[in-house]
Amino acid sequence: MSSELEAIKDPGVPAHVHRQADLDPKAEKKAERQVAILFALSALGTILFIYSYIWISEDLFIYFPVLGTTNAKQLFLGLGLAFSLFFIGAGAIHWAKTLMPDEEVIAMRHEMRSEDEDRRELVKTAKQGAAAAALGRRSLIKRSLGLSLGLIGLSPLLLLRDLGPLPGKDLEKTSWKSGTRLVTDPGDRPIKPSDLEVGAVAQVLPAIAEGGHRALSDIGKDAVLLIRLRPEEFQLDAERLGMTYQGIIAFSKICSHMGCAVALYEQQTKHLLCPCHQSTFDVTRAAKVIFGPAARPLPQLAITVDSEGYLIAQKPFSEPVGPSYWERNSQ
Amino acid sequence: MTARERITGSVANYVDERTGAAAWMKKNLNKVFPDHWSFLLGEIALYSFIILLLSGTFLTFWFDPSQREVIYDGDYQPLSGLKMSAAYASTLHISFEVRGGLLMRQIHHWAALLFMVAIVVHLLRVYFTGAFRKPREFNWIIGVGLLTLGIVEGFLGYSLPDDLLSGTGIRIAEAIIQALPVVGSYIAFFAFGGAFPGEAFIPRIFTVHVLLLPGIFLALITVHLMLVWYQKHTQYPGPGRTEKNVVGYPLFPVYMAKAGGFFFIVFGVIAFLSAVASINPIWLYGPYTPGQISAGSQPDWYMGWLDGLVRMAPPLETHAFGHTISWNILIPGLILPGIMFTGLALYPFIEAWISGDKREHHILDRPRNVPNRTALGAMALTFTIVALLNGGNDIIATTFNLTINQMMWFSRIGILVLPPIAFVVTKRLCLSLQRADRDLVLHGRETGTLVRMPRGEFVEIHEPISAQKAWTLTQHEQPVPLELPATDARGLKRPGAIKNKLRNRMSRAHAVAVPKVSAADLKEIEHH
Ligand code: HEM
Ligand code: FES
Repeated sequence: MSSELEAIKDPGVPAHVHRQADLDPKAEKKAERQVAILFALSALGTILFIYSYIWISEDLFIYFPVLGTTNAKQLFLGLGLAFSLFFIGAGAIHWAKTLMPDEEVIAMRHEMRSEDEDRRELVKTAKQGAAAAALGRRSLIKRSLGLSLGLIGLSPLLLLRDLGPLPGKDLEKTSWKSGTRLVTDPGDRPIKPSDLEVGAVAQVLPAIAEGGHRALSDIGKDAVLLIRLRPEEFQLDAERLGMTYQGIIAFSKICSHMGCAVALYEQQTKHLLCPCHQSTFDVTRAAKVIFGPAARPLPQLAITVDSEGYLIAQKPFSEPVGPSYWERNSQ
Repeated sequence: MTARERITGSVANYVDERTGAAAWMKKNLNKVFPDHWSFLLGEIALYSFIILLLSGTFLTFWFDPSQREVIYDGDYQPLSGLKMSAAYASTLHISFEVRGGLLMRQIHHWAALLFMVAIVVHLLRVYFTGAFRKPREFNWIIGVGLLTLGIVEGFLGYSLPDDLLSGTGIRIAEAIIQALPVVGSYIAFFAFGGAFPGEAFIPRIFTVHVLLLPGIFLALITVHLMLVWYQKHTQYPGPGRTEKNVVGYPLFPVYMAKAGGFFFIVFGVIAFLSAVASINPIWLYGPYTPGQISAGSQPDWYMGWLDGLVRMAPPLETHAFGHTISWNILIPGLILPGIMFTGLALYPFIEAWISGDKREHHILDRPRNVPNRTALGAMALTFTIVALLNGGNDIIATTFNLTINQMMWFSRIGILVLPPIAFVVTKRLCLSLQRADRDLVLHGRETGTLVRMPRGEFVEIHEPISAQKAWTLTQHEQPVPLELPATDARGLKRPGAIKNKLRNRMSRAHAVAVPKVSAADLKEIEHH
């Protein structure tokens, strides 16, 4: 595959050039001293490390240009370790470069391929072995072995079954029921519409019974964001408008894209922004996606007030919250 | 014989009589290793891995891999009294109460970052120099495996502390699993022991992070190094370097001293970075809860490109027959990475198929001499870099006063347009570099000295280059494209005619080159 034309000749490995330390005993002594100094620096690093570990106080903060104010113990422990390691390396390499033989040597390669003879032997041995086992003739054994080997993989798979429960309808449900009070997060206080000024945002969770426990997996589906606008700012149909209360609108805070908390509200544009992949939802139009990779609006929670004037859910979410999954009916 | 020699001798004798190691040692202590800075990249990866093993083991002594809820009462006042997982609380304990604990966390994390950088740059070196060619394809595949596992291992690692940032990363991983058609929600519920986040995930990934994957790493790295040992290292072209030999320094003592010393240097540099540049300050993020998030969420860099792809994905979902398919997650999160990694793993075989070259290669290519491969690499790299940049789109936007929209459209268009441009530009660049080589060999080096000719014009003096240099610039083979016949001897169409035609075309593209200088060319010049 090489070209037809005659190539330029290979001049061969260039002649070896001696280093100073190879020729001059003084240079050699000097190199030796340099190596020793590098190793000694490493020892100093270890001493710094031990000193910092035992004697520098945890609460000492010092100012260092570039670094700013840093914790002294942390800094000097690290520097001590760094020096102790680095200078061992530097010493060893300096030693190798200046004092160890630096003459290049040439070794020959051999092709990876085995000798033809060996290959033939191998094929013969393999054939003999196969003939002895008579696999070719005993097809009953071969098939049944194949079957059991195929099946044996099922056992470890089955063993993994108890890793977790089946999803069932779990992804569709949240703790919101009709009449569930909205309580602040954190704080667990019920809220009235008057607690929320126009333009304000609040994170809420469904109220739980006294002494009850809220698992993180509940928060992961229940977290809701309240936003108060002037009612005339909404561009909603009658049904959606009926889900708001005096300009307060409630959305699931769990992003419909991949489930991050949709935490950023821009008051001027009335946009909700998810910091994970910047999906942007328009609050005035029922959290319609106006930018980013999310494909569905944030589910809206219908709210109203109870007899005491506290905000409650009218009814559960009418669609699953959070990211999509195969069984989700999104039509 | 000195006393020391006697003792060494009898120990050696003792061991050899039981193992027969002397013959093997004799041969291998003289093993020749070629020297080049780019051969250190794999070493950096190896050493970082050893540092990860050491620092990680230290962390396991205090880290409590549990999502049990605890009330924090440690030294770090701002979080006092807060509910959090035991995992997070123990990470705070390592950071604030275990002396040197924070340093070890920093070393572990910095080593992980460096590990991934070293693997990626090592891979690029292997790619652009063609070191993956026969007989080294297996090692290429192992390398791609190590890269993939490294990404997973790193992700699991920074998920362990269970802070607000890492919990968000797990949330996203869960959403990717959940998006799998048919089986998604089942696998997600099995992996998390129920609904996200549950209490099972951190203990489970802990076992994977400290036992399962490190075990696989060790096995793969061992095979990787054994193959390097057995197949001998490749070498860069140069005088005296042939496909049949290897020129370098013997293992003992030079190479051993250098490699051993280099381990300490890598460790020292990582310790230095850990001392002065604090990363992942988990105490600032707070404990994970699904209802909160920290703005500007960023994964580690080796995950950034994936995040960038997810961010730029168009909002596509299919809703039909009561089911949902999230293309906006599946394409950037699984399909594209799947294609990228499969393509990467198969590249040696694809190239060999295109060029029809079935011989062993031990002399590395200079990237310019294989323009098509180099250009393809530049194209893939450009794709990944655009994705990576988009992974930090919010940060770039705020830094450069752009809007997120501008960044997003730049990336969406850029990821389609820039890679092909990179291909064309790189290919041309390679060819002009080849031309420059040709000129250099033919006309020598420009000296910068001008002489005035008798007729008044100025001419620059060219100095001929050394025989060694001339060899280095001309030793490569001129590729010859395949010419597979589309018809057989009787003029009938062959069965694989279309395939052959395609292969011929690709092979032609692969073989584009500037003719190199031959001995005859040089002679001719000398006559003038
Ligand atoms: C290729 C190998 C590895 C990589 C890429 C890796 C990566 C990481 C990363 C990025 C973290 C987060 C560190 C932080 O900022 O807190 C981490 C945490 C951790 N890793 Fe590893 N690791 C590796 C191997 C190991 C091994 C072998 C062990 C133990 C034998 C280990 C034990 C731990 C522990 C206990 C933590 C949690 C403690 C903490 O974050 O402070 N790792 N790992
Ligand atoms: S999770 Fe909200 S945009 Fe991706």
